[in-house]
Amino acid sequence: MASSSNRSRRIVWSLFALVMLLAPWVFDSGLGLTILSQMGIAIIACLSYNMLFGQGGMLSFGHAVYTGLGSFVAIHVLNAATKGDLPLPVALVPLAGGLAGMGFAVLFGYVTTRKAGTTFAMITLGLGELVFAMSLMVPEFFGGEGGVSGNRMVRDGWWGITFGPQIQVYYLIAVYTFVCVAAMYAFTRTPLGGMLNAVRDNPERVEFVGYDTQRVRYLAFIISGFFAGIAGGLAALNFEIVTAEVVGAARSGGYLLFTFLGGATFFFGPIIGAVLMVLALVLFSELTQAWLLYLGLIFLLMVMFAPGGIASLIMMNVRVAMFGRLRELALSYLGLAATTALMLAGGTSMVEMVYHLQLNQAEGPVFTYLGLNLDVGKPVHWLVALLVLAAGAGLFEWVRRGFVHRWGLIQAAIEVDMKRRGAA
Amino acid sequence: MTNALELKGLRKSFGRTEIIRGIDLTVQKGERVGVIGPNGAGKSTLFNLISGRLHPSSGEVHLNGQRIDGLKPYEINRMGLSRSFQITNIFPKLSVFENLRCSVLWSLGYKYSFWRFLTNLRDANDRAEQLMNMIRLGAKRGVLAMNLTYAEQRALEIGITIGGGADVILLDEPTAGMSRSETARFTELIKEVTVGKTLLTVEHDMGVVFGLADKIAVVVYGEVLAFDSPDAVRANARVQEAYLGSSVADAQVGAA
Repeated sequence: MASSSNRSRRIVWSLFALVMLLAPWVFDSGLGLTILSQMGIAIIACLSYNMLFGQGGMLSFGHAVYTGLGSFVAIHVLNAATKGDLPLPVALVPLAGGLAGMGFAVLFGYVTTRKAGTTFAMITLGLGELVFAMSLMVPEFFGGEGGVSGNRMVRDGWWGITFGPQIQVYYLIAVYTFVCVAAMYAFTRTPLGGMLNAVRDNPERVEFVGYDTQRVRYLAFIISGFFAGIAGGLAALNFEIVTAEVVGAARSGGYLLFTFLGGATFFFGPIIGAVLMVLALVLFSELTQAWLLYLGLIFLLMVMFAPGGIASLIMMNVRVAMFGRLRELALSYLGLAATTALMLAGGTSMVEMVYHLQLNQAEGPVFTYLGLNLDVGKPVHWLVALLVLAAGAGLFEWVRRGFVHRWGLIQAAIEVDMKRRGAA
Repeated sequence: MTNALELKGLRKSFGRTEIIRGIDLTVQKGERVGVIGPNGAGKSTLFNLISGRLHPSSGEVHLNGQRIDGLKPYEINRMGLSRSFQITNIFPKLSVFENLRCSVLWSLGYKYSFWRFLTNLRDANDRAEQLMNMIRLGAKRGVLAMNLTYAEQRALEIGITIGGGADVILLDEPTAGMSRSETARFTELIKEVTVGKTLLTVEHDMGVVFGLADKIAVVVYGEVLAFDSPDAVRANARVQEAYLGSSVADAQVGAA
């Protein structure tokens, strides 16, 4: 059994490496490469966040402090290196970011990790605000409004690696991502990683089996800060500019939101979250002005109906599939998808009309959405959108009830099946 | 020979209310002590003071000759004292095996290490496996603790308590909430897994106390009324008046 699980693990990691290796050949546009590079960075950042949130039960509102300060230190190190003051290859600059993130985690974590729960969350929030305020007060380090810019180009690099072309930076990011993900996964399987889960579950009991919960949290916080700093350092190389917003509350909130969306209870959840984060920030935000509204709604629905995030939804269906019952749900899923699409068509039409009315009136009352010309001046357009939304919602509810019933039956059957196998 | 546990003039107040009102108690190595007393007598508070969950207002606690009052729970645990809880206190989202492994890691010297894999820690895994069989949960290895039955969770609670190999064990109402037949089986289990250790157990069930303990401490209103062999305690007039004659004990004797 151990060897088969070892083999499947090797297959998963090989696939992960292969996907990162081949992705730029599939998405070979400039935009594709930009997005892929950012995804790698976001994966490290979200996984480092989940070390605190999912594995340690530490709800941090200030994780951008460690990615952001890692970015700032990295860009200064990069500038020192390009000036010739520091004999450091550009490829190692992200490590400088990691050490910086770790250093600040040693410093700030000493205060924050003394407490758990709500107090911890409040202190991280306060610290985040503090660092952001500092960023405007100390322009020598943070570069003021314009930020700090750098140049990652190496004049005559080995084998033509100059880090000028984005593809070379992408592969540097990919290597860091693979190593960091592997290292963070390995961490979950060490004594400290195991006790971190125990501290999350029941800190009091941990004290009575010989462990200092504060120490466990503090050490995890420092390790998380290291990986966050690496993500920040990679971002500095990738963008060649670091501005104050990288330590801001919006960035911290983003890590929390997307780590949760991806799923904090499974190791790979934050990877999904990170991919979604970049897609939302880069693509979705171009598509519609109302993207933050949609994002908020999605977050709300996930918290209410799927608190385990996308990863847990996937795993629940994998379980159903392993018992050979997924096919029975196919029709329900098709129905849910269709009715959701209908609901979305109606709902988003209305949202877009409201946004057009409020923001783009100067362009006239008519705009194109989903291939249709919508006129905010005509009540009938509003009415149709409303009807589509209502019809979609009604049908969705109808399909959902059938689905919930079927789902319940299948889960019950699986439970019985598992009991029988356990007894056998 | 040093005593396993020694309490000297132990007092604890919450605000103006004094819960523990000067307790002196000496437990010798290998002794098995049952702590009994009416509800609200301060038995659990006494355990909390010994194990470091609470700090005494005054007085001293000595473990194997070393003073431990004022120390943190984990420091006391590392010195060889472990306790269980009246309300089940386990790691709900970890498996049975992981729960037990958590309890053995410190004592085997793995501390906060993050440079070796848990799967490679032969001794820790063997010890956890051995504990799992001792508490009869071998078949539930991968089951999350929160999905166990109540009796199984109580057994796991004991397993975590003895996991670190402490030689002084405090059990706070280990059979609380169990059925009569479960209690009988569980008492045997406790006897079995605490062989050779110093044991203090708070218990409401008189049958369990008299079956498990060589000495009984009667705590009433924050004081030790009597500390003697079961027979002597049973015959003690003050104890009968204060506790055994109460309606609680009558009901239990009546049911037995």
